[in-house]
Amino acid sequence: MFPSAWEYHIAPQINDAVRWLLQEYGAAFDKFSNGLLKLLLSIQGMLQFVPWWGYVLIIAVLSWVAVKKIVPVVVLSLMPVIIGVFGLWGLAVETLAIVITSVVLALVIGIPLGILMAEVKIFDMIFRPILDAMQTMPSFVYLIPAMMLFGLGKVPAIIATLIYAAPPVMRLTSLGIQLVPKPAQEAARAYGATRWQLLTEVRIPLAMPSILAGVNQTTMMALAMVVIASMIGARGLGQEVLLAINRIDVGRGFEAGLGIVIMAIVIDRITQGMAKKWDPQKRA
Amino acid sequence: MDEMDTRRRNPEESPGSPEIAGKQSPSGEEKQAAIKINELWKIYAANDIDLDVEDEDLIKSLDESEESVVAVRDVSLEVNPGEVFIIMGLSGSGKSTLIRCLLRLVEPSNGQVVINGYDVTAMNKKELTEFRRHQVAMVFQHYGLLPHKSVVENVAFGLKLQGVPKEERRKRAMEALKTVGLEKWANYYPTSLSGGMRQRVGIARALVVESPVLLMDEPFSGLDPLIRREMQDELVRLQEEMHKTIFFVTHDLDEAMRLGDRMAVMRSGSIVQIGKPAEIFANPADDYVARFVQDKRDGIRKADEQMEKFAQARAQSEKVVD
Ligand SMILES: Nc1ncnc2c1ncn2[C@@H]1O[C@H](COP(=O)(O)OP(=O)(O)O)[C@@H](O)[C@H]1O
Ligand SMILES: [Mg+2]
Repeated sequence: MFPSAWEYHIAPQINDAVRWLLQEYGAAFDKFSNGLLKLLLSIQGMLQFVPWWGYVLIIAVLSWVAVKKIVPVVVLSLMPVIIGVFGLWGLAVETLAIVITSVVLALVIGIPLGILMAEVKIFDMIFRPILDAMQTMPSFVYLIPAMMLFGLGKVPAIIATLIYAAPPVMRLTSLGIQLVPKPAQEAARAYGATRWQLLTEVRIPLAMPSILAGVNQTTMMALAMVVIASMIGARGLGQEVLLAINRIDVGRGFEAGLGIVIMAIVIDRITQGMAKKWDPQKRA
Repeated sequence: MDEMDTRRRNPEESPGSPEIAGKQSPSGEEKQAAIKINELWKIYAANDIDLDVEDEDLIKSLDESEESVVAVRDVSLEVNPGEVFIIMGLSGSGKSTLIRCLLRLVEPSNGQVVINGYDVTAMNKKELTEFRRHQVAMVFQHYGLLPHKSVVENVAFGLKLQGVPKEERRKRAMEALKTVGLEKWANYYPTSLSGGMRQRVGIARALVVESPVLLMDEPFSGLDPLIRREMQDELVRLQEEMHKTIFFVTHDLDEAMRLGDRMAVMRSGSIVQIGKPAEIFANPADDYVARFVQDKRDGIRKADEQMEKFAQARAQSEKVVD
């Protein structure tokens, strides 16, 4: 056993620090929190406004654009019906709202940071070790700082999810830009492209397949995280799983788990298909 | 003259826009060189700008070092306006580095480049950008086309950078495509074109900006012999109308003789001989040049032998038919 005399806790200090932070900047946190909640609620409102067959239609159209094959399109667009049949529709929409909110924010933050990493060496030197460290951390860990600052509920769930999900798109944006073939870039420079023109006319468009692969990964990570974030009040399908585990209700857990898998498959197929379509090499 | 034309054609370029500095007054000098290279050096090394190239020991140590390459070594030459000037040399002799130094795609370590009176080596970033947009156009061995843009968008790319409005640049790009015979391919993407066609796009892109100087780095080397020949003839035909100053890099003496008004032979960064292709062919300055010439003579002899054999075989077969 570890000698109990050596035990020392920093928990009180951390609690004090957080309390102090919230006291000093409480207004700012509240404002931020409210803004985020408003964004979430408006997205959720839109999602709830769409009837179930609306989703079937939307998925059919999107997957047709993405995949262009009858069988996958039919299978994908009928999949959400299963979620409805299990009585999980409302929860699934709640989960989807958090995923969409976090992904939008993760992209808005992650893509520009990825571009900065590719363009400015110092950003690369700063962010790369951070991203590496983030990758090795288990997703659970992200719940703690979010909860510290924003308590329990949907807002900390969004924060944790977006922080967990942003790295892939950052990394793949930066990587994609760095791997743009040199001859194309050299030609652009030879014809008098400024750095900005080089970036917008050549580097970003040619990195698009990689960036979209990043979008796909970020979305999948967000879905995974939002399930875990139900522990701090994200609700949705994750909470259903959590309840089932607590009550050792295997069947109920299976239904909710299947619902999550269905969401994952549909989102993954559609975003991946879109990413492939964008590849300029495949255009004729 | 040419350069005035380009300026006038560009509506974005108001008289109030920043003049390119370093422009030396062309008045007085009757026959100004179109491209003037003075004691130019390029050394690929960790820190290569402003090296003391006078220091022979330093150069020697850089030569011997594994980390550094002296790619261009004290090159001085002049190209006359309207001339097709060839740089020839084996692979690795520094041709690509030299041609890139002319528009500072590669930053020279030392020396001066003056193009149509513009001191390129003295320009700041902004002036250099303006210079690249209007004064020179480059054609690359590996085409350097943009795969996400259609053929016509690729051709119009230089004009887009110049700020030419969309309608006009499309119109001018279509005209340029017509000159290289690709107007039917305007809306295709480069990936669906053959090598020869892609290079035609590369040439159209260079022509459309109407720069007085054209830089070509082994533009036909990647093409198979028949297509290469066709492209060379086409360049000759175009040059008859354009009278641009063309700086053309090749490793092929045959191509040099067909296209060049004058040529320079390069060997490990230095110019070893300058002259008319026929003169160099007749009087190679050293063994290195003689080897190129010998290869070509062998080629000609082989072709002659082939022709002879062919003629004999034909004579034979005709006899049999008789
Ligand atoms: N970016 C670079 N960094 C270091 N060395 C280079 C670089 N580019 C070219 N070199 C070297 O410079 C020499 C000349 O290369 P290059 O100009 O490409 O010759 P060429 O076009 O005649 O084949 C070669 O030895 C090559 O390895
Ligand atoms: Mg070369």
